[in-house]
Amino acid sequence: MSWERPPAGSAAPAADTDADRTPVPDADVCVIGAGPAGGIVADRLAAAGREVVLLEAGPRFDPDDRLARQERAIRPAYDRPDVWDADPERDAYESSGERFYPLNHARARGIGGSTLHWQGMVMRLHEDDFASESVRGVGADWPIDYDDLRPYYAAAERELGVAGAADNPFAPPREQPHPMPAFPPSYSDSLFAAACDELEIAMHSVPNARNSEAYDDRSACVGYGTCQPVCPSGAKYDATVHVERAERRGTTVIDRAPVQRLVHGPDAIEAAVYATPDGQRHRQSADAFVIACGGVETPRLLLLSESSHYPDGLANSSGLVGRYFMDHLFAGTGGVLDEPTRQNHVGFLTSESHQFYDEADAEQAPFKLEFFNYDGPSPVGMALSSDGADWGDDLLAELRSAYGTHIGMGGLVEQLPREDSYVGLDHSTTDDHGNPVPDIHWTVGDRALETIERVNEIQEEILAELGTEITWQVGPEGTGPAYHHMGTTRMGSDPAESVVGPDLRTHDLENCWIASSSVFPTGGAMNPTLTIAALALKAADHVLEVA
Amino acid sequence: MELTRRDAVAALSALGLGGTLAGCVAPPGSEPVDVEGLRETLVAAAEVVYPSEVSGIEPFVAAFFEGRLADRDHVAGLEAAVAELDGNAGVWFDEEFAALSVADREQVLRNVGADEADEDPSGTASERVRYYVVNDLLLALYASPTGGELVGLENPQGHAGGIGSYQRGPNA
Repeated sequence: MSWERPPAGSAAPAADTDADRTPVPDADVCVIGAGPAGGIVADRLAAAGREVVLLEAGPRFDPDDRLARQERAIRPAYDRPDVWDADPERDAYESSGERFYPLNHARARGIGGSTLHWQGMVMRLHEDDFASESVRGVGADWPIDYDDLRPYYAAAERELGVAGAADNPFAPPREQPHPMPAFPPSYSDSLFAAACDELEIAMHSVPNARNSEAYDDRSACVGYGTCQPVCPSGAKYDATVHVERAERRGTTVIDRAPVQRLVHGPDAIEAAVYATPDGQRHRQSADAFVIACGGVETPRLLLLSESSHYPDGLANSSGLVGRYFMDHLFAGTGGVLDEPTRQNHVGFLTSESHQFYDEADAEQAPFKLEFFNYDGPSPVGMALSSDGADWGDDLLAELRSAYGTHIGMGGLVEQLPREDSYVGLDHSTTDDHGNPVPDIHWTVGDRALETIERVNEIQEEILAELGTEITWQVGPEGTGPAYHHMGTTRMGSDPAESVVGPDLRTHDLENCWIASSSVFPTGGAMNPTLTIAALALKAADHVLEVA
Repeated sequence: MELTRRDAVAALSALGLGGTLAGCVAPPGSEPVDVEGLRETLVAAAEVVYPSEVSGIEPFVAAFFEGRLADRDHVAGLEAAVAELDGNAGVWFDEEFAALSVADREQVLRNVGADEADEDPSGTASERVRYYVVNDLLLALYASPTGGELVGLENPQGHAGGIGSYQRGPNA
């Protein structure tokens, strides 16, 4: 019997308070945030011989607890934030926008960051996504183009370990195959394929940061079916891969060390002041700083670091820190067929369609279509609900009736950057260290909402061709975020209209870079993590040019 | 449909516990636990909450319970839930829960409100019985290959059943 793998109730972050969390003397670079961006930057800089310290607000999780966390994901007693030990005081926030933003369902805090709970889809943005204003007449142009990022995309695919194929005729040009072969299509993909053939809608594989074969000392996927929010096997990439590699290369990783303020002069950051579980405050000095805290905590830290020189927040001469908060909008439709659809065997997608993506213009947003492999109820989850039959033969009959014929589609839609969609500070509420909490003021424009209607129409057309009785739809009224926080420290060439330059360095501070989806000027409609990883690799190169 | 050793191992894995069925009684250093009594009660409850076409319940539940013993807090919660069942059984039937007929055991589960309650490990008695007894047993079953196959799903959520079945059609 293995006593090292405890059940759900005992899975918890390490509670050590006596670990050495003191600052590293003579650090070259201090990286803040141990998600994919921070992990990749730290790994790259450590590999280049830099003395790196990586500060993370959340805990280090025990990999032996992953099966127990999986149980939390399945059991109704646990909410989704419980899976990775969200803390209501540490993670307090306000949602003041026209639409509620469920921030603590949208992130995981700790070593690995939100890749601990992510789905793992990794597409490159399209060429037009980098020139939205010029090509589509709306949004903003990035100060870099696809060709600038292309070698970093290829490197990012190797770093994360991407299983993919060259069967997507709509994808931007690539130079070499994905590191692993794509996952084969599902049985339900084959049902969709017949309908899509009739409608002349092309289906293709999905690039997954999930091992289709052993890769990077991690196993191939074993089909646990709970990818989001936890992969017990480690086949799905998460940023613990890079954080642990960075540690092996000499990086000092300090967990449970939320940075409170960035101490600075007019032109440079001098130190990061962080708190530790023993109630102490420490001051980490370094020659260079990389902020990699995601689209919410990155602007929050800058706003918290206001000073007489930067009264509106650090690196905020433009006044745009926190502005242009974006997410992707979900659109979905589903129902039931009169035949088996074989759902819920795995927790990832194997087919999508990007056919309509580049039709985008000023009125229609880019969007992609997803073909679900997990529509309808998971029998084990349904069995544990107190709704319906209690147990025994009645419950089995109910499960048999409910499972087996569901089929559904999703889609992601771009929202445009808007100044009135922002992350600010709510001074009326404080976190466990007395700091004002982030205020998510999420505003979605008409272009995105009208595009959702278009997505729904296509989904209805495909499902009708299949003979589906439609039972649910997520349209403009019911849409929600895909949990991709973007845009709050936007990249640009003009210091008056952006926070960081094309080298990811802040315009205001000569030794501060930002590696995060917060630098995206626009979001496209592709899942953002591959672009985050590519930009992190780019940021690391720029840091090495001067530090 | 018979629950097998493979199902029990799968259930332990799904529940975050071990992968072997070697004998054990309680975690080192823990207080003595009436292991046999708890096991008998869980088997007796499983005979109520599992569908009638399932066989091999006793060894399956015993193996699953063996894994649950690894965590003392979980065992303490289970002990309290079992005490609720035995207490109610004593009041209404003058017997311990495990000694009752299947019909009377089901009545006791309903008496304590486990049929209507949402599971909650730190909630009311009804919610704790639902969590530690009813739903622990249902989770073990329906996250196992046999439990999944009862519903038509060879690789249920929580079971590492590989990436073959999602590709196969219903008649493969």
